[in-house]
Amino acid sequence: MMREVELLIIGSGPAGLCAAISAASSGAKVLILERSFKPGGQLIKQTHMFFGSERQYASHRGVDIAGILLKKVAEYGGQIEIMLNATAVGFYEDNVITVLKDEKEYFKIKAQSIICATGAYEKSLAFPNNDLPGIYGAGAVQTLMNVYGIRPGNRVLMVGAGNIGVIVSYQLMQAGIQVVAVLDAAPRIGAYLVHASKLARMGVPILTSHTVKEAIGTDCLEAAVVCELDEKFQPIPGTEKRYDVDVMCISVGLSPLNELLAMRGVEMKYVGQLSGYVPLRTETCETSIPGIFVAGDASGIEEASSAMAEGYLAGLCAAAKLGHVPADFAQRKEEYLKQLEDLRSGPVGDRIRAGMKISQL
Amino acid sequence: MRITQHPILNFDRGKEINFTFNGQPMKGYEGETIAAALHAAGVKVLAKSLEKHRPRGFYCAIGNCASCQMIVDGEPNVRTCITLLREGMTVETQEGKGRIE
Amino acid sequence: MFEKTGVATREMVMTKFPPLERINRGPVAVVECYQKIPCNPCQTACPTGAIQIGDDINEIPRRDEAVCTGCGLCVAKCPGLSIMIVDGSKSAETVEFRIPYEFLPLPEAGEKVVGLDRAGQPVCEAKVIKVMNPPAFDRTPVVTLEVERKYLYDFRNFRREA
Repeated sequence: MMREVELLIIGSGPAGLCAAISAASSGAKVLILERSFKPGGQLIKQTHMFFGSERQYASHRGVDIAGILLKKVAEYGGQIEIMLNATAVGFYEDNVITVLKDEKEYFKIKAQSIICATGAYEKSLAFPNNDLPGIYGAGAVQTLMNVYGIRPGNRVLMVGAGNIGVIVSYQLMQAGIQVVAVLDAAPRIGAYLVHASKLARMGVPILTSHTVKEAIGTDCLEAAVVCELDEKFQPIPGTEKRYDVDVMCISVGLSPLNELLAMRGVEMKYVGQLSGYVPLRTETCETSIPGIFVAGDASGIEEASSAMAEGYLAGLCAAAKLGHVPADFAQRKEEYLKQLEDLRSGPVGDRIRAGMKISQL
Repeated sequence: MRITQHPILNFDRGKEINFTFNGQPMKGYEGETIAAALHAAGVKVLAKSLEKHRPRGFYCAIGNCASCQMIVDGEPNVRTCITLLREGMTVETQEGKGRIE
Repeated sequence: MFEKTGVATREMVMTKFPPLERINRGPVAVVECYQKIPCNPCQTACPTGAIQIGDDINEIPRRDEAVCTGCGLCVAKCPGLSIMIVDGSKSAETVEFRIPYEFLPLPEAGEKVVGLDRAGQPVCEAKVIKVMNPPAFDRTPVVTLEVERKYLYDFRNFRREA
């Protein structure tokens, strides 16, 4: 069985949904593949208000933004189809994507154009016993807590003081769970400092220049030993501290998920500033292979606000290449590029801008 | 382990689902994944690792890392963090690789 | 220090407070946003144009104390929950704060709670005057509390007695 589609979007997170809305509004017919049983990607567990401007729904909670975007998708009823429980497992030279649906049906899709919006995954951290149950990705705990309403445990140690680490810590406290400390190996907090302050004034210590020395437990996590690091990131002997915790959240960054693009033969490059291997792309998100686009965290780790703006841009440009050029094409393109520039122009965007430069085609 | 009151969210739980874990009867709710329901019941060890048989729980909860694979209705390597509960499901701890009969 | 702990120093805090005369005249917003990040809902929420960020959304918000009416619409809109309203016009001994509080159970008017500083340490007693949680605040309730004047620059949060 081979299904033919005009525009295929892989992933229904913020980038994928915005790409679909943008392309459909230009007149394209879109199929979205989503490997989960729920659309919305990681938006569905974000209970905090988003940053950015009105254009990226700032001040709305992520979970509500998923609702807003899905409502827009529904308005293009005949034009956008979301296929759930459908994992893209292969991407071949003739632009054929193989799909595993419901873990049993296996079939092919041939697309005239493809937008890869596959997102990212959470990195792990190496320390003795890091595989004990009770040690979870911070995002995984957020899913358990905010999607299913289940407490991950009673006392949590958060490893990583980036945005995800401090946001999930705050959300753990909202669910009535104690956070004993937030650590980070870096000498400075990586998160937006307003998020860190929110947590600090709840009495949660944020320990920079600290790392996990080991986890303790037999079947499950029972305690963690942490220690201080010197300027060269070496453990300082005698600084060990033990925390009795039943949960440790690892929040040491994300890696782009884009193996499908690598499989297809798109030109890839390791770009540290974007947190891993990323496809080279044009200003309008097109990869080295014409008609194949990338948007969101799959192209480099950023915030959801940028993922949405990239999605809108990629959707607009992919549809235009397929012949769907709306009257306001130039204006819309300009607008999305301006949004991205705004989101990346400040000091917290330094790293992203540097990464973008290296990965530009 | 279930959150009943939350300042931002409402958890409208679906109907009760009965399943078994290593032969023991368990309850979860419609719309929940296997791993979530087990965690709510206090079960964190989902599998044993391939070589050293160390306990494994879930890690990513997005179906990416393979840490949560269990035997479900006799089928091994099911990613329980993204597989929804169904009435009458049999769920078992997976030891090592798992075999297809 | 701030970048290591998330706790703003007294000097930093003082740059965000308007002069005492202004606080004594009536409610005014204190916008504790110290870092350039891409974010501008406070500007969008302000009905009087008192909070300005400008075209570059990365700029740090500036609050014009002469224009700010202390209406508080920005408090529940700030994604970083960095804004509070201070009002020194009610009494010579105390000052009123309006702060966001996204936890359950919510306190009740009249309740005595523990006032916390920016590091979450207990500093004073605080009395809850009012709890506002209208749909427009979108689940970020705003609590009005009365605190002794000498804690004006210390008080930042509270916790209910166990």
